[in-house]
Amino acid sequence: MDTAKAPPPTSDASAALPPWQDPAAEPLIRLENVTKRFGDFTAIADLSLDIHEGEFFALLGPSGCGKTTLMRMIAGFEAPSAGRILLGGEDLVPVPPNRRPVNMMFQSYALFPHLTVADNIAFGLKRAGLPRGEIAERVAEMLRLVQLENFAHRRPHEISGGQRQRVALARALARRPRILLLDEPLAALDRKLRAATQFELVDIQERLGTTFIIVTHDQEEAMTMASRIAVMDHGRLVQVGTPEEIYEQPNSRYVADFIGEVNLVEGVVTAAENGRLVIDWAEDAAPIVTRSDVAAPVGTRVTFAIRPEKITVGAEAPEGAANAWQGRIEDIGYLGNLSTYHIVGPAGRRFKVQSPNRRRVARREFSWEDRVWFAFDETAGLVLTE
Amino acid sequence: MKLSRFNIVSLTLCFAFLYLPILVLVIYSFNASKLVTVWAGFSTRWYAKLFHDEAFLQAAFVTLKVALVSASIATVLGTMAAWVLVRFSRFAGRTLFSGMIFAPLVIPDVILGLSLLLLFIAMNIDRGVTTIIIAHATFSMCYVAVVVSSRLVTFDRALEEAALDLGATPFQAFSLVTLPVIAPAVVSGWLLSFTLSLDDLVIASFVSGPAATTLPMRVFSQIRLGVSPEINALSTILITLVTIGVITTSILSKRSALVRAGEAEG
Amino acid sequence: MSDDDKAGSGFAGRLRRALLIAVPYLWLGLFFLAPFVIVLKISLSDSVLAIPPYTPTFDPSRGWEGIAAMFRAFDFENYVWLSEDDLYWQAYLSSLRIAALSTLLTLLAGYPIAYAMSRAPERWRPILLMLVILPFWTSFLIRVYAWMGILGQNGYLNQFLIWLGLIDTPLVILGTPVAVYIGIVYAYLPFMVLPIFSSLDRLDRSLIEAALDLGCSRLQAFWLVTWPLSRPGIIAGCLLVFIPAVGEFVIPSLLGGSRTLMIGKVLWDEFFANRDWPLASAVAVVLLLILVLPILLFQRHAERQQRRAEE
Repeated sequence: MDTAKAPPPTSDASAALPPWQDPAAEPLIRLENVTKRFGDFTAIADLSLDIHEGEFFALLGPSGCGKTTLMRMIAGFEAPSAGRILLGGEDLVPVPPNRRPVNMMFQSYALFPHLTVADNIAFGLKRAGLPRGEIAERVAEMLRLVQLENFAHRRPHEISGGQRQRVALARALARRPRILLLDEPLAALDRKLRAATQFELVDIQERLGTTFIIVTHDQEEAMTMASRIAVMDHGRLVQVGTPEEIYEQPNSRYVADFIGEVNLVEGVVTAAENGRLVIDWAEDAAPIVTRSDVAAPVGTRVTFAIRPEKITVGAEAPEGAANAWQGRIEDIGYLGNLSTYHIVGPAGRRFKVQSPNRRRVARREFSWEDRVWFAFDETAGLVLTE
Repeated sequence: MKLSRFNIVSLTLCFAFLYLPILVLVIYSFNASKLVTVWAGFSTRWYAKLFHDEAFLQAAFVTLKVALVSASIATVLGTMAAWVLVRFSRFAGRTLFSGMIFAPLVIPDVILGLSLLLLFIAMNIDRGVTTIIIAHATFSMCYVAVVVSSRLVTFDRALEEAALDLGATPFQAFSLVTLPVIAPAVVSGWLLSFTLSLDDLVIASFVSGPAATTLPMRVFSQIRLGVSPEINALSTILITLVTIGVITTSILSKRSALVRAGEAEG
Repeated sequence: MSDDDKAGSGFAGRLRRALLIAVPYLWLGLFFLAPFVIVLKISLSDSVLAIPPYTPTFDPSRGWEGIAAMFRAFDFENYVWLSEDDLYWQAYLSSLRIAALSTLLTLLAGYPIAYAMSRAPERWRPILLMLVILPFWTSFLIRVYAWMGILGQNGYLNQFLIWLGLIDTPLVILGTPVAVYIGIVYAYLPFMVLPIFSSLDRLDRSLIEAALDLGCSRLQAFWLVTWPLSRPGIIAGCLLVFIPAVGEFVIPSLLGGSRTLMIGKVLWDEFFANRDWPLASAVAVVLLLILVLPILLFQRHAERQQRRAEE
């Protein structure tokens, strides 16, 4: 998994801070208490969000969480029921979609079937009334950008899915929008192509410096590409942060569970001192000891979250580990580069543990029904009070 | 895949049944005898006679004029109606509207003709070419609406949104994107209207006045009295024209089907 | 989500929307709905020897009083007349009977054709389809006329049968209901074949293979899988044939002779030959009820079934 990308270069002197941490920075687009209702159904509930110039921003959530509605409101295809959408400080709501400096790459690509690749790209430029020479120049530039110079005169049905995706991107970028909206841009591609295209999109975004807002339900896609991610659920923002923050410091069970895999253990705080919590989670088992900034007095019910790859497995109890229990291997999932162990621990509680495969399978250390130790240190997990 | 014997037999019988009557008609149009059912050698005299029959030529001209104008009106109105049916889900009287679109498809011609005639009389409108055009446009627009709306339903509306997103006005989005994409349906709607108008005997008989006689009316009044070689010749000409027309459009539509397949894929 | 025109916000959008609805609406209101109101009105009037040949007529100069006077003069005399005269009952019944029987015959002829087409190699199918549709584009009148030459006393069919030696004296077909059946089957066959073909064409071939795999014979697989799954096409095809056949005018008047009684022809004669407009209007209203009521009921039934399927 990639770490957060370096913030894009900004012109002002306080470039040390990413723009979203700089209180003086003006956001490019600001959503203020935006609500959208369809009849009785509330798709977006009182949502506020700032997105800055040059960001690669991901709206992440399961289908039906309102992320597409949010994007369609920015594009102008839906009007908010309440609240304001500001672009560079000006209200965007009364502006019809064809007058917004925002372009969208549609999930279905929405390429015009009766026009060639070049004419598709030129469509928006012609509407803008650019002179003929400039249109030709800009189309050529866009075709170069997406490496489709040789396909200019093909129709959309005469090129491959991956090429169509690039035409859709070129068409949306041709007008040099201030914001490019991408609705599940990679959903229609196969797995291999998707991985390659992810890097291509990031590359293009960095070269052009255009603000990208991407809608996706694929957490890996969001983590790989985005500078910041907004995790959405039922029309609300649950957490907004860099991929690293979202992964390492999820603020809720929902986020922890949605992003990557996680073991969630419920328990009660039995001691709290010096930034350390002791959590009782099963009878007759050693408690979990963890460092945490969370203010959780003794007696609070909490959820302890720990990622499978932060747990180690061994034949013997590791020395000096703050947390170690014995368990039985119930199942092993071989994923090639990794193996996933399902370990039944104290009180029948199951843990998912992931460890890299450093050896060939034939010489695997553990097998089904083996009794093993699993352990993690004080800083490996996270306490969620919600 | 190979066809079973049963399937080959049923296809053969079917096409024999469909085409033998027409074939016989065509062959006997070249019959020299005035007695239609007795072969008396090859001749084209009935064609010559047909082309010198003023009344027939006049009727053909009226029919063509009616069909062209009424099909064009029907296509515009029917496309609008299809748009309303597919895109506007809520407005006052929507049920009545869709009822009026679908009813003419199931109401017998005699009733449509009778009711329109009574309207024209009540409104004191002179009957003639204009009233036939109005009548044909009215029932043809319902067919156009059905054909075009079935295409509009499957139309990917993201295409229109993409056009708006790229700076097109709503009118440009329609004329530059929607219309070209649904054009095959609109064209076949027009062709259907044109054919329905060419074909109609009953409604035209009701709503036309003494001044306007269409080809079907003329043909009907003649064949009522029995089979006539002149009508055979006329039929042969019409069949030839229709066959050429259908084959041409099917070749053209095969080409546009490729475009549609492209749209369906993305 | 509302599927109304999204670009339709703002004044221009609302105006566009209103215009789009109003133009076809007004056209249909004026040239489709209004005529039926007039038909209904005239069917309640009395026949007179005048121009127009009915009374009362609406006199706009008398305003509301004129309307009131008109309503007072209405009666159901024409309908009473219809119900008492045997001719009309028989015409309605015989129309329904002829339409029903010829629909059945068309189904029997059309189903094997549609089935064979759906079994034909992929690349043949468009051509077969076109061959079935082609006659539909040719003039209806001419196609019916073609049968006059075939079925007549000295027609090609009789000549052929006598030449074969199967018969000595010509058969009388033209001018009988048999000719009408042949005409309807011939003219409406494409309407039966097309919907059945499209439902058979959509049918997943592996369903039949599954049925065979589960122990069905070919005939059982057809009867238990293919036939029920093609039922929507059969129903659509039957409606497409039955409905226009009931009100058919051209076929009975060219092929049926005077002995074949069909309501479309009765209406035509009542109007053109007898010039009894009120009675013709009453015939039309009853025919409309006979045709439209079952369709409405069928539609409601179909909608309810669809809703149940969605739940």
